[in-house]
Amino acid sequence: MSNRILEVCGLSRIYGSGCPLCVESTGPENDTNICPHCGSVVAVHGVSFDLFRGEILGIIGESGSGKSSTVKMLYFDDTPTAGEAVFFDNGERHELFRQNAAQQRSLRNKRFGMVYQNPHLGLNFQVSAGGNIAERLLMSDLAHYGEIRRRAQELLLRTEVLPERMDQNPKTFSGGMQQRVQIAKALVTRPPLLFLDEVTTGLDLSVQAAILDLILEIQQELNTAMIVVTHDLGVIRLLAGRTLVMKHGRVVEAGLTDQILEDPQHAYTQRLVASSL
Amino acid sequence: MQPVLLVEGLAKEFFLHEQRKTIPSCSNVCLESRQGKLTAIVGPTGAGKSSVLKCIYRTYLPSAGRIMFRDRSGQSTDLARADEHQMLRLRQREVGFVTQFLNCLPRKSALDVVAEPLISAGVNRTAARTSAGDMLARLAVPERLWCVPPATFSGGEKQRVNLARGLISRPRLLLLDEPTASLDPGTTDLAVKLIETLKEDGVAMIAIFHQPDLVRRLADDVVELAPPMVVKDNNKECLS
Repeated sequence: MSNRILEVCGLSRIYGSGCPLCVESTGPENDTNICPHCGSVVAVHGVSFDLFRGEILGIIGESGSGKSSTVKMLYFDDTPTAGEAVFFDNGERHELFRQNAAQQRSLRNKRFGMVYQNPHLGLNFQVSAGGNIAERLLMSDLAHYGEIRRRAQELLLRTEVLPERMDQNPKTFSGGMQQRVQIAKALVTRPPLLFLDEVTTGLDLSVQAAILDLILEIQQELNTAMIVVTHDLGVIRLLAGRTLVMKHGRVVEAGLTDQILEDPQHAYTQRLVASSL
Repeated sequence: MQPVLLVEGLAKEFFLHEQRKTIPSCSNVCLESRQGKLTAIVGPTGAGKSSVLKCIYRTYLPSAGRIMFRDRSGQSTDLARADEHQMLRLRQREVGFVTQFLNCLPRKSALDVVAEPLISAGVNRTAARTSAGDMLARLAVPERLWCVPPATFSGGEKQRVNLARGLISRPRLLLLDEPTASLDPGTTDLAVKLIETLKEDGVAMIAIFHQPDLVRRLADDVVELAPPMVVKDNNKECLS
């Protein structure tokens, strides 16, 4: 049996009307992702990769390279203009972009998790921390109040959020703690696939370390496959076994993370590594 | 008995796009590594000794040559061409690398850092931590430090944690890049004893040591690398 959980092929996203010259006029060689002919933004073009069960894949690149757009499409936050993605789950094959809205919602609620850089995207600030987790459990068809509360408590404890704060609104929490509630919320359904979009950006260093530590422990415990989007090479070094490097919407290099960092092949990766380390 | 690793005609050079320069590191390296034997790589600084180890571990992409690795099931894989998932699988189960530097998560205790390779190979946490304690004790890391993150340790203590972490999972092939570089003579002796035990257990090893007496004491084979070549400058005729 193949160990593959996700297969992405030719994923593309163009913002704007697009024209026949968009693809050839943009990309790393042209040093832009804006088409000079029609002004459309080629945010992602021809991105292909696979992901194995329990594996952590890193995606690095500067702002506007298309790394966040890539995971947002896979999490159904955005719709691709071209490309396919297949999610393999319990012997079933789900073609992500051919499913109807209800099927997509079901995968999103039950089998995928997402942790955003901005907690406002991942958390509902109208309800308590525990309520946020309950919300996700309700969406995944669990309805027993006691069970929901027990699972919420267990996850918050696991992500080091004090139990006495469970009934407080997350808007009173620090940035690091909001991220931990987001992680708890994403993981409460034990999804086999988790997307992490710049989760440690903007947090202070000690909190960053704690979050990274938590992510690795969870990956080992639950064998969750993860796609980690970041512009921080240190995060990639500590978390990811393999890494994709993106620039102007294209993957310019892919390889083992230590190889990407110590023996980068592409001119852009060499520049990125040289300026970051 | 067939070798665990057979390296033929290995070469590595780096092309720096920004400077348009090719920097040769090692060329035409041939060596083999057998079960329970230690092959030492010697040569002057810059001869590409570490590059050979990094090519085998695929931290570097080899420029030429074959690196045939025979795994526990008897299957041969050319590490120079293996795909990334194959490499990750081999790193988890068959090929270990002890470098001079400890790279770990900042908050983790020394005990957890050492136990981690066993946990990710599927050993339960309690058993892994017990083995980690045993390994740290064998390298004379004081017990009071076991629960402390290694970030605050001295160079020698960090190196011992690094060694313990590298040696704990008893891989089929172990690469050692100056594993005793920052150890005092007493601790070096403990490390050497541990390496000897691994040899007795049948682990194949390729190592770089700077101390000639360690090469004499531990190596079954010695491969000498030539001094570095001249840098090729693609802009100018040559640059020394």
